[in-house]
Parts: sequence; structure tokens; C-alpha cells
Amino acid sequence: EVDLEERLVELDLRSDSDIPDVPPPTDSTPEILKKALSGLSARWKNWWIRGILTLAMISVFFLIIYLGSFMLMLLVLSIQVKCYHEIITIGYRVYHSYDLPWFRSLSWYFLLCVNYFFYGETVADYFATFVQRREQLQFLIRYHRFISFALYLTGFCMFVLSLVKKHYRLQFYMFAWTHVTLLITVTQSHLVIQNLFEGMIWFLVPISSVICNDITAYIFGFFFGRTPLIKLSPKKTWEGFIGGFFSTVVFGFVFSYFLAQHQYFVCPVEYNSETNRFVTECEPSELFQMKKYSVPPLLQALLGWETVNMYPFQMHSIALSTFASLIGPFGGFFASGFKRAFKIKDFADTIPGHGGIMDRFDCQYLMATFVHVYITSFIRGPNPSKLLKQLLILQPEQQLSVYKTLKSHLVEKGILEPSLRG
Amino acid sequence: PTSDDTPEVLNRALSNLSSRWKNWWVRGILTLAMITFFFIIIYLGPMVLMMIVMCVQIKCFHEIITIGYNVYHSYDLPWFRTLSWYFLLCVNYFFYGETVTDYFFTLVQREEPLRILSKYHRFISFALYLTGFCMFVLSLVKKHYRLQFYMFGWTHVTLLIVVTQSHLIIHNLFEGMIWFIVPISCVICNDIMAYMFGFFFGRTPLIKLSPKKTWEGFIGGFFSTVLFGLLLSYVMSGYRCFTCPVEFNNDTNSFTVDCEPSELFQLQEYNIPLVLQSVVGWKTVRMYPFQIHSIALSTFASLIGPFGGFFASGFKRAFKIKDFANTIPGHGGIMDRFDCQYLMATFVNVYLASFIRGPNPSKLIQQFLTLRPDQQLHIFNTLKAHLVDKGML
Repeated sequence: EVDLEERLVELDLRSDSDIPDVPPPTDSTPEILKKALSGLSARWKNWWIRGILTLAMISVFFLIIYLGSFMLMLLVLSIQVKCYHEIITIGYRVYHSYDLPWFRSLSWYFLLCVNYFFYGETVADYFATFVQRREQLQFLIRYHRFISFALYLTGFCMFVLSLVKKHYRLQFYMFAWTHVTLLITVTQSHLVIQNLFEGMIWFLVPISSVICNDITAYIFGFFFGRTPLIKLSPKKTWEGFIGGFFSTVVFGFVFSYFLAQHQYFVCPVEYNSETNRFVTECEPSELFQMKKYSVPPLLQALLGWETVNMYPFQMHSIALSTFASLIGPFGGFFASGFKRAFKIKDFADTIPGHGGIMDRFDCQYLMATFVHVYITSFIRGPNPSKLLKQLLILQPEQQLSVYKTLKSHLVEKGILEPSLRG
Repeated sequence: PTSDDTPEVLNRALSNLSSRWKNWWVRGILTLAMITFFFIIIYLGPMVLMMIVMCVQIKCFHEIITIGYNVYHSYDLPWFRTLSWYFLLCVNYFFYGETVTDYFFTLVQREEPLRILSKYHRFISFALYLTGFCMFVLSLVKKHYRLQFYMFGWTHVTLLIVVTQSHLIIHNLFEGMIWFIVPISCVICNDIMAYMFGFFFGRTPLIKLSPKKTWEGFIGGFFSTVLFGLLLSYVMSGYRCFTCPVEFNNDTNSFTVDCEPSELFQLQEYNIPLVLQSVVGWKTVRMYPFQIHSIALSTFASLIGPFGGFFASGFKRAFKIKDFANTIPGHGGIMDRFDCQYLMATFVNVYLASFIRGPNPSKLIQQFLTLRPDQQLHIFNTLKAHLVDKGML
């Protein structure tokens, strides 16, 4: 027993070069594609496979957008589960710990708990009317945090009880690995869904900007690439980086212009309790109404216009595309470093030519958090119905004092006419 | 093995006793010293308590990170010490900003720089964190990738455990000192009582992870802690300084704990269930409702709190360390004393949020003021209709 422990400890701490490579993933390219491309050289064949799969993924993306918000939510959830699975599987391979007692069940249990917690928080906010009608749901919502905590604690206690003398260190490693993975994949997938509920445009523009930056940086690098960007990813170049940045900003700008015109993309997703469906219909907010902007004198000479009609959202899209091009790639470098650290070529081999789902989504994660923080800081105010709900829970004396404060504020601002009696 | 940290004075005084009794005396004296220290800072008030919680948090973080360095022989990783402290700073900045905005709303609104910092707080915190993240990516060095990722993961898990929970403790504290003192005392009492019961009556081992724990100690500790919690709550509920929420007084610019005690802290008559009537001999009893809640808190402290201790024991065995550090003679590191407290803090916070505390009125007003005029009017009218309905207007 002691020998096994010590051998594993040594395995951990030896320098990277001693650690054996994880075996290369099997080639999962479909037979059809292989036959069609059998004539070409290996390099072009790879290029074609990547290209076809890229188009396939983009088509699936458009299809799901057409199908609506609910399908998008399901898609985000599936991707989250797959990414989680990919990262946990890597952990098992790294630590040779596939046979740890209980561990597979515990990992899935923790995933379930954290998802339950986050979905409960979201559902309560957005489906208030749906929830009000059903008694059992009301109980679940009211004590939601306590129930989630109790579920998590059960998992925690099961973990402690499952500790086995020979495998302490491995078990703690997998526990930590699971928690960090949960932190990365689950919280951010929920942020993506929150962004989605704010309006599909807040979901589409960031994701498209990251994809556009990936593709245009690759293309600029392919044609003009000369100066390497960072040792972590030797294929990236400064020319690709800068070219990708400018193209993405222009793309974001143009794409937002088209999306901002349709209520389907611009309106917050709401749940209609009568028809039991999601609706996206509303009076478009100020952000999505055309305004005249004066072109700064610098650009006036270039463009020849004095004023331009734009949506205010397009200004925000510049911020989003800038982040996608400048900081988003750091998510990619982080994932590259991770793959080199654990000597894996791809996270998995789910998508032929591209690797795993996680390989495609590594840059998206930072983006999702940024968009969420951006919306809460600069765009969205608090949710009025949530505020009202909380006001009604207060004690009567508190409600009265809040009422008086609000009244004096509204009168001060001239929104309310001062009346004789409250 | 850690070096012997016991002060010279104690060493000389106890030089005659055998080593077993010497260890017992050292532990006993230090326990009394820590409890006395606890009472002193309670006396000094919420502000000092907040600072002590902050210091304990930093020390625990430092202890766990140091263990990580020792485990991975990674003390010389480029940038890593700086990055760990930087992330600690970022996360603390984020949490303190949220707390300050909630509780010191009027103070924040008055001072211009604070107002801007508070309005864009999340964005600023995120930007600070991102800077650290990018610095980490740029600091990755070819030979040390794996170690650097391990330390990154280690740092984040430690932050998750240590920092979030110390902030939950501070939230509990602001709800009323009693919500801070009773849980912590229950965990300490359970520790001591389980040890005593185990010492005198211990026979059946409890769990392989901690061979010194016994079922007799566990059960004896449980009952004593519930009793202790009931008594302590009874004594504390009588004093406003413990039961009132901590508030910041704008005029005097200091913390005040003065209020009309809530229902929880007003004596009520309870009917004793028939089962206990014969045992106790009374038909009704006068109790504070809070004492019922204290039963829930002590039960958690005795039954689930120890799992935090087992987790820490498993961790120490996994990484082959005897104690987290050797800060306190006879006891080990700060983390050794606080391992059971962490689950407790989260439990109390969730308990408060679910069963006791309603929303914070000043926070609601703050959110209201950021709405659009038509939304404000709509909410105002709905609230007015509700109050008229209730007959309050």
C-alpha cells in the first residue's frame, strides 16, 4: 500500500518530461467524409474536414436559434454536461483514478446539485407566475437555498465517508478537480442562460464575435502571419491577432445592426403563463431605437458623412467585440497551457478535426462572464417584479417606512403629485 | 515534525510533569487563553470582531497555500506567491464591496468616489480578477506547466473555502452578535465535550479517519452541546447588544446595536409536551423563540460539524502532515481550530436567509432608485394598494 502511494506521489512530482503521454484519441471522422476526401493530401484533407465541420456547427447553431429560446437553453445545458464530462474524464486519466470508490457517482451528484441550485434561482425569477399557481413548487422556491445546501452537504458527507486509506490523496485531488470544473463550466453556462434571457442578441453577438475572431485570426495568420504571439500557442501570430481584432469589431458592428431590427432578438425572453410558452415581444428599449450620432471630425474626412444613424447597442457591441478579440484569447491560452500541462492533444475527440466540445468553447467562457457583468453594471437595472415580490415580504412596519421614503423621493422628482393624504 | 513552539515560561513551569500530562496542561492553558481572548474581542465590539475574522481568514489562507507549496515543492514558481496574494485581495475586495454597499448604503451615497466604486463594483472586481488571470497565463513557463496549474487550482479551492465562508460569518455577525457567538460557541463546546466524554467513557471507535473519536464522545457531545446552546441563548437573548442587528449610524459615524428586539427575542409561554411534563414537572415554560432555533444550530454543530473535522483529518493524512501549521502550541495551526467552523458558518447563513431574515429594506430602496420612473410609479402604486388592503394606510 505504501509503495503505491509513494509511487503515485513520485509520478506527480517528477518533471513533466517523465510523465507518459495520454494515448492519442482515435480518429472519429465519419466514413463518408474519408471516402470523399481520399484523393487529397493529408494537409488539405485536414483542412477540408475542419471546414466542413465548421459549417456543420454553424448550421446547427442557426437551426437552434430558429427553434427558439427554450431549445437554446437545452443546448447550453447539454454542452455544459458534455464539457464537465470531458474535463472530469481527463482528471480520471491523469490520476489513474477511474476505479476510485464512489467517485463517478459523486461527481455526477455534485453536478446535479449545483445545477439544481442555479436553475432554482433562475426559475424563481423568470417563471414567477407559473410558480405561484403550484403549491409544491412554492415550497421548493421558498426554501430553495436551504434545500440546495442540504443536498450539497449530503454529497460532502458521502465524500468524507468514502475516504479509503490507500487513496486519500487521489480522492482529494478528484474532489478539488470536480469543484474547480464545476466552478468553471456550470456557473458560466448559467451566466450564458441569464444573458440569453436578457435578449437573444446578448447571446448571439458575443458568441459570434468569439467565433469570428477565431476564424479571422486564423485566416489573417494563414496569409500574413509572421511574428509569433505567445510561446504557449506557437501557431498564433501578432498579425492574426490584430487582423482578427479589427475584423471582429467590424463584424460585431454590422451583425448588431441587422439583429437590432428584429423584436425576436432584442426583447427579453418572458414566459407567458396563459399560452405556456416563451414569448419575445415587447416595446424595444432605447438601446434598440435608431439614433442620430455626430461622426467625430476625425472619421468625417474618411467616411464623408456628418451624422450617422445607428443603434446605441452598436456602441456596446464594440465593447463586446473588443473583449472577444483581446481578452477572449487568454481563455484559449489557458486551455492550451492546461493541455500541455497534462500532455493531452485535445480535450476529447467528439468533433472530427476539432477535438472535444471544450476545445471549441474554451474562449467562450470568459466572454459569458464578461457579458453578464457588463449587462448588470451598465445595462440592466434591477428586475421590477422581483423587487416588488421582496417588498411584499417585508414586515408591515418596514413596508410603511419604505413607502414613506419612496413617496418623498417620487414627490421630489416630480413623478408624483403631492396629495393631501398618503 | 513541527518544531516545539511552547513558550519558555510554560516549558519551565511544567518541566516536572510527565510528557502526557504536560501536553494536556499545555492544551488546557492555551484553550483557556483562546476562550478569554474570544470574550475580550466580543467586548470590544463588531468592528474589532470583523477585523479578527479578517485576520483569521488571511492566516488560514496562508497556512493552506504554504502546504500547497510544500506538497509540490513549488515555492520558487515564478510569480506564484504574488499571484496568490493578489487573488486573495481581489476576492476580498469583491466581497467587502458587496457588504459595504448593503450595510453602509447612506455613507456610500454621500462620498463621491465611494458612490462610483459601488455602482460599478462588479465590473471593477471582475476587471481586477481578469488582470490576475491574464498574468497567470503570461507567467506559464514551459518546465512548470503542471505545477502552475496545480497551484492555480489549489489557490482557487482555498479561496472558495476560506474567503467565502469568512464573509458569511461577517454577514451572520451583522444580523446580530448572537448569530455569531452561539454557533461558534456550540462548535467549541462540542469539541471540548466530545473530547471529555471520549476521555472518560470512550470505547467504540467512530470513524477510521480519526481513530481518537468515539461514539460515546459523539453522542455525549451532542446532548451537552444542545443543552449548552439552550442555556447560552437564554442568557444572551436578554441583552440588546447581542440580539440587535449591527447598524452604521450616520450621525455618530460608528456602529450601533440598538433596536426594539424582534419577536424572536421576546419571552413567550410554551406548552411542554406531555412526554416531558412528567420528567420536568412544569406545565408551561417561558422561553425565547430563539432558543428553539438554537437547538437546530447546536444539532448541526454536533452532528454535521464534525464532518468538517474529518475532512480536514483526511486532508492532513492525504498530504502526510500532522498539523496545518504550528502557530498555537499544543493545538497546531489556526486552521486546525477552525476546520469545524466553516460548515457551521455556511449553515447559519443559509438558515438565516431561509427561515429568519427577510430582505434588507435599505437595499430594496437602493434598487428602487435605479429603476425607470414608470417602473417606480408602478411599484409605488402596487405597494400603496397592498398597504391600504392591510389597513395600514
